[in-house]
Amino acid sequence: MNAAIPILTLGGLAAFFALLSIITASIVGPRRYNRAKLDAYECGIEPTPQPIGGGKFPVKYYLTAMLFIVFDIEIVFLYPWAVSFDQLGMFGFIEMVSFIVTLLAVYAYVWRRGGLEWD
Amino acid sequence: MNTTTDDYFNAFTMDPWWPIVFAKVLGLFILLVLIVLITIWAERRVVGRMQMRIGPNRVGPLGLLQSLMDGVKLAFKEEIFPTAADKFVYILAPILATIPAFLAWAVIPLGPMVWMFGYQTPLQLTDFPVSVLYIVAIASIGIYGIVLAGWSSGSTYALLGGLRSSAQMISYEVAMGLSFVAVFLYAGSASTSQIVAAQEKTWYIILLLPSFLIYVTAMVGETNRAPFDLPEAEGELVGGFHTEYSTLKFAVFFLAEYINLVTVSALATTLFLGGWRAPYPISLWAGANEGWWPLVWFLGKLCGFIFVFIWLRGTLPRLRYDQFMKFGWKFLMPVSLVWILIVGFARAMRNDYNWDLRQTVIVIAVPIIAILIVMYIIESIRERRADAAVAEEEEARTEFDPMAGGFPVPPMPGQSYTPTRRSKATVGVTALPVSTDAEIEEA
Repeated sequence: MNAAIPILTLGGLAAFFALLSIITASIVGPRRYNRAKLDAYECGIEPTPQPIGGGKFPVKYYLTAMLFIVFDIEIVFLYPWAVSFDQLGMFGFIEMVSFIVTLLAVYAYVWRRGGLEWD
Repeated sequence: MNTTTDDYFNAFTMDPWWPIVFAKVLGLFILLVLIVLITIWAERRVVGRMQMRIGPNRVGPLGLLQSLMDGVKLAFKEEIFPTAADKFVYILAPILATIPAFLAWAVIPLGPMVWMFGYQTPLQLTDFPVSVLYIVAIASIGIYGIVLAGWSSGSTYALLGGLRSSAQMISYEVAMGLSFVAVFLYAGSASTSQIVAAQEKTWYIILLLPSFLIYVTAMVGETNRAPFDLPEAEGELVGGFHTEYSTLKFAVFFLAEYINLVTVSALATTLFLGGWRAPYPISLWAGANEGWWPLVWFLGKLCGFIFVFIWLRGTLPRLRYDQFMKFGWKFLMPVSLVWILIVGFARAMRNDYNWDLRQTVIVIAVPIIAILIVMYIIESIRERRADAAVAEEEEARTEFDPMAGGFPVPPMPGQSYTPTRRSKATVGVTALPVSTDAEIEEA
């Protein structure tokens, strides 16, 4: 049997549970709506109108996501290297040092240009 | 990979769906829900004690049914769809947050081979050679639930909370991912059960303490828990990404959040604390690592981590967001990269040149200490210069103009009143500390 089948079974059970909760709640809960209840919650004041497709947000979040992709791919490269480290020996170590040092140079550049600052 | 590990992975594929896989899935599900209910109760009780209160003690013995009853209460609450919400994504988000939370547990080893309904099977749902990578991947999918919940609510607070959560989780995932590398390097495998097997002699918390510390810090950031609970900073963002959620949709988010807490604790146990292996004095007993006993050790270690989470929440104040991001990117990341290089160097030297630990420590420690000393000297010179600059500024500031900008103003700290012709009494009296009448008279 495939190793994915237990995972799919567990995922199916979790999805069933989540769906069941949401459906149950919508059936048994009361419904006494008014306009104020359905407004976005902003501590009691009139909610700020949102532009279509969500409001503006700082570009820093976008930059963080880009940096994450760069370093996450680095980590994905490190995993197979670490698992077969004993077979690769000194050669593998030196190769990985050159890779990490290259990325550290990028990292130092981003740091220096203020890419890691949050204001 | 040798035949024994292949046999081990084959053991999972030999499990019949009925009753073994079904029983394991159901058991795991019930175990997780129970752990979450007890964790929520324990958190409220323990934080209560830490804050000199009693905590919930009315529903059931010791208040144990409190979290279950909270769930039942939430089910009977009014369901609200905000006007600006994107209805489909709004309903999808809690489901998308819950499924990965459960799925991550599929590869956590809870024990060795046991007998179950007449079949011999490992006490683990499934396993494959890259199961830790699978956990990391699944945990990343959980972020979708959070960011979509924030976006689909159509509310400013929810949007900002969702973005903060996702930025925080991906930032700390980098540090978390890097802390695993040293473990894989020592275990020679990325499979959870193989990592537990590799810790038979020494737990990795002893061999790889820096990795453990980095992981523990990153896991608190990853689960949005105090002191890193910025997405739910009540003073700034009301409730974060789930501000607009009510009824069981909110409860499902809550469940997912606590399962994630338990998952990272279980992963820490598996990777660094020897998984289901018995701790030292008990491990002398031969039967400690056989049968169903390991489940007890595993859950014991898990409870330890959960208590640490509660303890942190009861003790530390919340960080500022910029300090938090700075800590993740500028401290945890470079430290873990350097640590990986050190571990790799030590391991390569041991494998290829038969270096013993003493030689390695000397070769690694001397340059690091030298670098630290140089950094310390540079830093102290810089500090002295900064001090001199501050002193100069103070000097400049003591010139006090009581009518600066055309208005009468009080003196700044360190400034003194300049004597005026009319009031000889205040001559030479400094503003801070406040002078007594007697001193003024003497002057």
